[in-house]
Amino acid sequence: MNAHLSPAALADETLRELMREVELGGPALPVRAVKIDRRHFLKLTGMAGGGLTLGFFVGSDARAAGEKGAADFSPNAFLRISSKGSILIYNKGPEIGQGIKTAFPLIIAEELDALWTDVVVEQAPVNPVVYGRQSAGGSRSIPDSWDQLRKAGAVARSMLLSAAAASWKVPVEECSTRDSAVWHGKRKLTYGALAAKAAALPVPDAAKVKLKERSEYRLLGKWYTGVDNRKVVTGAPLFGIDQQLPGLKFAVYEKCPATGGKVRTANLDELKKLPGVRDAFVVEGNGKPTELMPGVAIVADSTWAAFEARKQLRVEWDESAASKDSWSALTKRAAELSKQAAGDTTTVSVGTVADALKGAAKTVEGFYTYPFVSHAPLEPQNCTAWNHDGIIEFWSPTQTADRALTTLAGALGMPVEKIKINQTRVGGGFGRRLMNDYACEAGAIAQRFAGPVKLMWTREQDMAHDFYRPGGFHSLTGGVDATGKLVAWRNHFISFTTDGKNPVSGGNMPGEEFPAQNVPNYLLSQTLLPLATPCGPWRAPRSCSVAWVIQSFLHELSAAAHRDHRDFLLEVMGEPRLLPGGLNTARAADVIKLVSEKAGWGRKLPAGHGMGLAFHFSHAGHFAEVAEVSVDADKRIKLHRMVVVGDIGPIVNMSGANNQCEGGVLDGFSTMLGLEITMENGRVEQSNFHQYPILRIADQPKVEVHFIQSDNPPTGVGEPALPPVAPAICNAIYAAIGHRVRTLPLTKEGFSAG
Amino acid sequence: MPTLSLRVNGKDQATDVDPNTPLLWVLRDSLGLVGTKFGCGMSLCGACTVLADGEPIRACSTPVSTMAGKNITTIEGLATSPTQLHPLQEAWIEHDVPQCGYCQAGQLMSASALLARTPQPTDADIDTAMAGNLCRCGTYQRIRAAIHSAAGKLAKRKA
Repeated sequence: MNAHLSPAALADETLRELMREVELGGPALPVRAVKIDRRHFLKLTGMAGGGLTLGFFVGSDARAAGEKGAADFSPNAFLRISSKGSILIYNKGPEIGQGIKTAFPLIIAEELDALWTDVVVEQAPVNPVVYGRQSAGGSRSIPDSWDQLRKAGAVARSMLLSAAAASWKVPVEECSTRDSAVWHGKRKLTYGALAAKAAALPVPDAAKVKLKERSEYRLLGKWYTGVDNRKVVTGAPLFGIDQQLPGLKFAVYEKCPATGGKVRTANLDELKKLPGVRDAFVVEGNGKPTELMPGVAIVADSTWAAFEARKQLRVEWDESAASKDSWSALTKRAAELSKQAAGDTTTVSVGTVADALKGAAKTVEGFYTYPFVSHAPLEPQNCTAWNHDGIIEFWSPTQTADRALTTLAGALGMPVEKIKINQTRVGGGFGRRLMNDYACEAGAIAQRFAGPVKLMWTREQDMAHDFYRPGGFHSLTGGVDATGKLVAWRNHFISFTTDGKNPVSGGNMPGEEFPAQNVPNYLLSQTLLPLATPCGPWRAPRSCSVAWVIQSFLHELSAAAHRDHRDFLLEVMGEPRLLPGGLNTARAADVIKLVSEKAGWGRKLPAGHGMGLAFHFSHAGHFAEVAEVSVDADKRIKLHRMVVVGDIGPIVNMSGANNQCEGGVLDGFSTMLGLEITMENGRVEQSNFHQYPILRIADQPKVEVHFIQSDNPPTGVGEPALPPVAPAICNAIYAAIGHRVRTLPLTKEGFSAG
Repeated sequence: MPTLSLRVNGKDQATDVDPNTPLLWVLRDSLGLVGTKFGCGMSLCGACTVLADGEPIRACSTPVSTMAGKNITTIEGLATSPTQLHPLQEAWIEHDVPQCGYCQAGQLMSASALLARTPQPTDADIDTAMAGNLCRCGTYQRIRAAIHSAAGKLAKRKA
């Protein structure tokens, strides 16, 4: 750890590492840390009981059956087929509302040729050595696990085929599989009947098993309801907050409202006398916001007793090294800087922008501002920890169960083998739970307090101690030639830095960001303002904010040139090609064309109504969206309809994919309309939903989703539908009333939902 | 502390908590009924919605002492029986409403109060009745469809 870095800078350092891993689809971190022998492995996976064992997924000589000759068939850690025919599939990834607990097992079941109705899904133990990546971020779950899961199913299918062929004494090539059975002509053997026999066979090399072509899919691409829906609608315990243990106590943890403040004194003795309070103590922490910041822990007999005791807590904070950030001062400084055509450093320069702007038939200038926002998942941060038998066991609603192992071990000063994590369902991620700070806090409390403890954050704490989507500023000048073609684009991007060098997490603009490679003359420069507020990835990091700027400004230019925006956008995409960074202009053009068609682009609308089109490529997904809005004389805005067209390759679960897009639209709309985090004197000014008004049902637009399914490898859908939402809406507002929105949220410019 | 008696999901329950304790924490921490969720603590999000004598209330801001003598229904008591779900629960599953699912218990309780009062609600009725329930994931489109679908199921059950 670098002692000179502020807490926010330490968070950025960690998050840069995390984001690199996410973007590279890199290996789960704990692999290097977890050293386990075979027995330990079995213990960790929790499947050692009942004479069962399981083969390693990697490695060809492992045998499926246990030493005791189990009747069940568990060729790998992902699935187990009982002799009665039930197929248990383990979901390795965190379910955060993205539907992975349904999608992952579907992929395995597809290659297994199982009947979906035979499948039972359980959450896998946290063990990255066995399961590989066990995190949810960057819309990487599907692309990173696609081959692994397909092979898990295909390996098992291959063994079942071999077992059946041997039973019938026929060549395996004559046998086929469907509906949880192996078939030879009209005779069949169910997977259940074959389980014991298959379990005795060697596990084939996963690299050599044949995987299905898309045309052979029986399950994927159809409409499936979530595997835990029944539990959700009956209120069964699922979430982190729902964990119950005998003798469970309840804790709160108070940190300085300005990041970086330390506890000088606290009225611990008074707190300990309060009804229901078991203990109160100071935790020094390690100064890392992603792990353990200094604070005061209170443990009580109930959540309410802990909350009530917190109200009596008096802390004198040492704020000498704490954040003094002021959003009003930062916006003022950015407005001054915006007058400079270029920033401190040049990120990328193509052609000669200054000359091109001089020679342009028309130029347009715009200064765009967007605010910090909070993740605000509906389940406030919480974690249950229990120090027992030499280990600390966690029940944690985390997005990064794999990484949490090493984070907790490091923060708590324990060997990683002594950390056990149980993955619970997660009441909303949006990027917030990529960080495991709340688990570190629970762990620190468990190190001091005997017996299981559930740490519960209040909503106010959740909003005050986030890793915020950073705000930002873009001072833009663009030019079109006499034919209305885009010829120049200059962006002075003003963002933030916590270490004086690197942009904050989610506040960066890489050189290849659109339209760098689509304009003959392009200049991107940046100035970084000092910041001490922790930032972090928020649903579609970077894209969630910059897409609004880029796609709005493109529309400013097409409007100035009196061009149809669809034609203009297609022209900017240019020739079909794959650009560095992953944007495929052919796929982009296809989604732009289809969304225009589905939305009825260009049709006549009533006065006060407008349509707006926007495209964005992020997280390997190509998405184009058309918004239809109306705006009245009082600037009350109604979003009537949003048409979404995405290309993310083949769809795994059509219901889940649609749901992510529907949610992305509402999240995008909600955020651009009225959400804003501001800070003064290092303190966040918003505390609860009355000051952070997430949209309600009456504001839900009609959302229509279409996918262009292709043979491209499947990619994720939790994020890429969100970025085009805000620019599509702002472009529609311009079409409706001729007002160009350059500051978000919309409420800053006098708009409201209506 | 005085013992308080409560009637929850048709069962009498005794609890000895501070009478100012919000009903939410009695349900969750004392009675183990964790289906009712904590979201904001200020009656802003509706995640803690339960019924008191059929009326939707926010359990996070309702002192338990005010609930004596009332019939409280939580999400665990919404189904008619373990084998027969409430039509809303069936519709929620069929429409695949949940994303993260955290708000859905509260959504369902508000919706059940709506259908009890207005068996065939209009979109405007739904907007009014469901206005107190936030869904951070944005499942409102499916919530609306599921309520209409459940209204149809209810009509059929009664027919």
